[in-house]
Amino acid sequence: MSINDQPLANNSSMIAVQGLEKRIGSQEILRGVNLDVARGETLVIIGRSGGGKSVLLKHLIGLMRPNAGEIWIEGQNIIEMSERQLASIRQKVGILFQGSALFDSMTVAENIAFPLREAGERDPNVLRKRVSEMLEVMELQGQEEKMPVNLSGGMKKRVGLARSIVRQPSCILYDEPTSGLDPVVSDSINKLIRRLQKRLGVTSIVVTHDMKNAFHVADRIAYLHEGRIYFQGAPGELRQSPDQLIQDFLIGRSEGRGD
Amino acid sequence: MFARFFNALGRPLVRFIQYLGEVVMLAADTFHSLFTRRLRWKLFLNQIVEIGLLSQLVVVITGGFTGAVFSAQTYFQFHKIGMGSATGAVVSVALMRELGPVLTALMVTGRVGAAMSAEIGTMKVTEQIDALRALAVYPTDYLVVPRALAMMVSMPLLVAECIAVGIAVGYFVAISLLEINGTYYMANMVRWTRNRDIIMGVSKAFCFGILIVFISCHKGLTAREGAVGVGRATTEAVVNASLAVLISNFFLTMTLNIIYPAGYQ
Repeated sequence: MSINDQPLANNSSMIAVQGLEKRIGSQEILRGVNLDVARGETLVIIGRSGGGKSVLLKHLIGLMRPNAGEIWIEGQNIIEMSERQLASIRQKVGILFQGSALFDSMTVAENIAFPLREAGERDPNVLRKRVSEMLEVMELQGQEEKMPVNLSGGMKKRVGLARSIVRQPSCILYDEPTSGLDPVVSDSINKLIRRLQKRLGVTSIVVTHDMKNAFHVADRIAYLHEGRIYFQGAPGELRQSPDQLIQDFLIGRSEGRGD
Repeated sequence: MFARFFNALGRPLVRFIQYLGEVVMLAADTFHSLFTRRLRWKLFLNQIVEIGLLSQLVVVITGGFTGAVFSAQTYFQFHKIGMGSATGAVVSVALMRELGPVLTALMVTGRVGAAMSAEIGTMKVTEQIDALRALAVYPTDYLVVPRALAMMVSMPLLVAECIAVGIAVGYFVAISLLEINGTYYMANMVRWTRNRDIIMGVSKAFCFGILIVFISCHKGLTAREGAVGVGRATTEAVVNASLAVLISNFFLTMTLNIIYPAGYQ
């Protein structure tokens, strides 16, 4: 498709990011990111570790505030919203954290039921039913009473995912869903993401540097490089791109010389 | 040279004022939530158990041994001038006005304040607070409000308990070990102790509870950089809250003494 940033944002998009800039201390993390995500689409953001992918994702749900730029979610500019006003956006957008971020004082079932309880659901039968549905989707039956500390990395990711989708958001953000997992568990997470796309029809944004994961789930891939979107297009276009930087990233070749 | 001096002085001063501002903003946000949002009763009751019930042993031992040693020391001095039976009055008033509130506050800071900042700090560095926010839960409502309310309820009761145990143990030490006449001891104590002394102690307890909870929660909420950061936040919370208790105690004494003057009037 194209190399370089693109002026985007239109009314039909689920998420539109314009000129997003973020500095942390003296370091410029994001230097004017433009991005547009259509409803129901799965966009994968790839890039090198420490390149600002997770920072970009956290901006999309208002967990971080930019130094400049705009973020529009379903037509609302979230930059102008206060922390309390963001609650309405956060009910529509779920996020899977890189480290899962499960509440370690709660069981698996309590973690999954948490968003429902906070939304005012008190009926224990409804909560139990919703939790067991989620556990079934995540293939985690029988793990209800376990504490997060007793779960493996892959199980934590799936519980985290169950917690973010239990309230049926219209968009899910995944922060490195397969990092630190063995290839088999990674594959099961990829299949799960695909299954959720088909089953719930949600808009998804996946941040990863795992190319297998990226090609497995993506409708479109964006390459974040030095704080800007360097490339965006279909997975096939990315593979065939003649650009040296992209090819180096795809085959995992370092830029170092003399070694 | 002067510019460098004021620059060196100015930066920590600005940082300190900024820190005070952040704690005050957290307190304002919490009180706003307290009156405008629904209270999570389960979390509140959990905190009552954590702060109130589980502090019993610490408070009883603190009150008991303080009462005992204060009773003995007062007697040793007063006995020389033939005022041994006034020991009860001194122990009672001192425990109510100063020792009970301050010592209980310091013990609660060490036990509860440290736990609060460590727990919230761990949640911060493991992204659990971000998870709360992402799940449309305002962290102040969920983490700070139940702790603050439980502290405001528990601290006056803990201080009252500390004072009561201190007086009881002081009495026991006085009549059984120091051979003071129990009737005179009691009579003097009741004569010189006023309701305003109790009110002063409980008022201080309430203020100290507020200081401890907001300083500790703020340190937890601003913890950074993993386990080291949580450790640092916990230490700073205990040190800052203890200093805040001791410093504010002087000003509270001077202010409250205008409303509730000490002595027999």
